[in-house]
Amino acid sequence: MLEVKALCAGYDQGDVLHALDLSVRAGEIVCLIGANGAGKSSTMRAIVGLLRPLRGEILLNGVRVEAATPDRIVAAGCALVPEGRRVFAPMSVAENLEMGAYQRLKRGERDEVARDREFVLNLFPRLEERLEQPAGTLSGGEQQMLAIGRALMARPSLLLLDEPSMGLAPLVVKDIFRTIADLNQAGATVLLAEQNASAALKIAERAYVLAEGRIARSGSAADLKHDPTVRETYLGV
Amino acid sequence: MDPQTQLLQLLFAGVSTGSIYGIIAVGFNVIFKSTGAINFTQGEWVMIGGMLSAFFFVSFDSPIWVACAAAVLCIGVLGVLSERFVIEPLRNPSPVTLTLVTIGLAIVTKSGVMLTLGKNPAGYPGFSGETPIMIAGASLHPQTVWIIVVAALFMLAVHFFFERTLTGKAMRAAAADREVAVLMGVRVRHATMMAFAIAALAGGVAGAIITPLTFTSYDHGTVLGFKGFSAAMLGGVGNLYGAMVGGLLLGILESLAGGYISSQFKDAVAFMVLLGILFFRPTGLFGHKEIEKV
Ligand SMILES: Nc1ncnc2c1ncn2[C@@H]1O[C@H](COP(=O)(O)OP(=O)(O)OP(=O)(O)O)[C@@H](O)[C@H]1O
Ligand SMILES: [Mg+2]
Repeated sequence: MLEVKALCAGYDQGDVLHALDLSVRAGEIVCLIGANGAGKSSTMRAIVGLLRPLRGEILLNGVRVEAATPDRIVAAGCALVPEGRRVFAPMSVAENLEMGAYQRLKRGERDEVARDREFVLNLFPRLEERLEQPAGTLSGGEQQMLAIGRALMARPSLLLLDEPSMGLAPLVVKDIFRTIADLNQAGATVLLAEQNASAALKIAERAYVLAEGRIARSGSAADLKHDPTVRETYLGV
Repeated sequence: MDPQTQLLQLLFAGVSTGSIYGIIAVGFNVIFKSTGAINFTQGEWVMIGGMLSAFFFVSFDSPIWVACAAAVLCIGVLGVLSERFVIEPLRNPSPVTLTLVTIGLAIVTKSGVMLTLGKNPAGYPGFSGETPIMIAGASLHPQTVWIIVVAALFMLAVHFFFERTLTGKAMRAAAADREVAVLMGVRVRHATMMAFAIAALAGGVAGAIITPLTFTSYDHGTVLGFKGFSAAMLGGVGNLYGAMVGGLLLGILESLAGGYISSQFKDAVAFMVLLGILFFRPTGLFGHKEIEKV
């Protein structure tokens, strides 16, 4: 589904990703763990075309997309839930969801979009009660639900989530992770960047540990959970 | 004339010029929300609205409303072309750069009008003649009524566009968070182009409907732009509905000052309002609410 090969990318101040390799197969939940500044968000941004790679390849379903613009990557079935939720604060919940389906609505897929909206509102009933409320006035957890729902409205075959647990109460985190696992059961492929490694490793099949822009370790989630370095550095045990 | 009639007359005049300022202010706001820049070309578009309408009216002997509609369309196209050829090539300019570039664009636009349409003032009769109509004893130029009606229709259309159409919502999303709008597949460069088109249309409409009352010439743009900008500041920069209220308030204040103090004082009003706002409420009268639309 997704293959990243020898990816190098960075900002004006210098490179932050150094020859990164990773892959996500259809139906998997893969998780990307790493300390602050390790390059998780940068990796996500490079995949969706917000950060132009310097070298390397990104393949989505076998097609090279490292030079594609974000609108083409969305159209190719990849959606990102950005770090920090970033809902469109002045717009209503309903309008936020509509924007998630922007390209599909432009293609005229009204009926399918309406059905997906029902699906999202079933998944997050709290959103249904607040459809006309400006998104900026939702609670943090509700905003995260909205950010996920908005990404789902694109009906992506690959869903990227950047720290969905950030700043949320443990109970809400549990809900969000259960939802991610459910979505995966229903067929979604997921790449998940997380600080909260223990929660992420519970639902992921495989994981990559990112340190200073390089893959430091990778393997099945079960193995990594028992890896002494990982336990010490990322699980805090 | 008894005092009541005089007040009524001044209020009508104020509401009609105020509607014009409101439309111009909407033009400022649409571009400000989309780019963060103050567009100095806004007033020039108003001026061209009048100049082109007059030119079409005289050259082709067409009905006034046809001349005006054609002029407004041309200015919409001019707005798009300005964006495509001047703004777009800049590649992610900062708001300050963009503002400076629009100063250049304004000068070029003004000179272009002077060289092609000349330096003479231009004008044309009102949409439904010049015979004054009487309302409760106050005598009104029929164009006053047209101005109020067209301004109201224009505001409704803008409201409908931003609240109901997918493109309008995408522009609001891009204004709220440009990068995330990109993530949704919105092509924000098109959104900027649309903003210039709408702002130019706003300018064109304002110029086309006010010229029967005021005449215009190539150098009128700056003052109109300044008035519209003051109205936008009064309503809160970036606030679409504030712009209309700001415009109406400014128009009425001007009209009352002109009628009760001295007509020379009239133009100073906008200046004083702008100073007052900058000193006491830089976010505009409605700034505290922060309910931003568009
Ligand atoms: N826009 C930017 N300009 C310059 N440098 C940046 C920019 N964004 C990120 N960086 C740098 O890139 C490096 C990786 O950042 P990134 O956001 O990818 O880390 P992260 O793993 O997501 O961290 P966190 O867990 O804190 O979100 C950091 O050193 C950061 O300072
Ligand atoms: Mg991050």
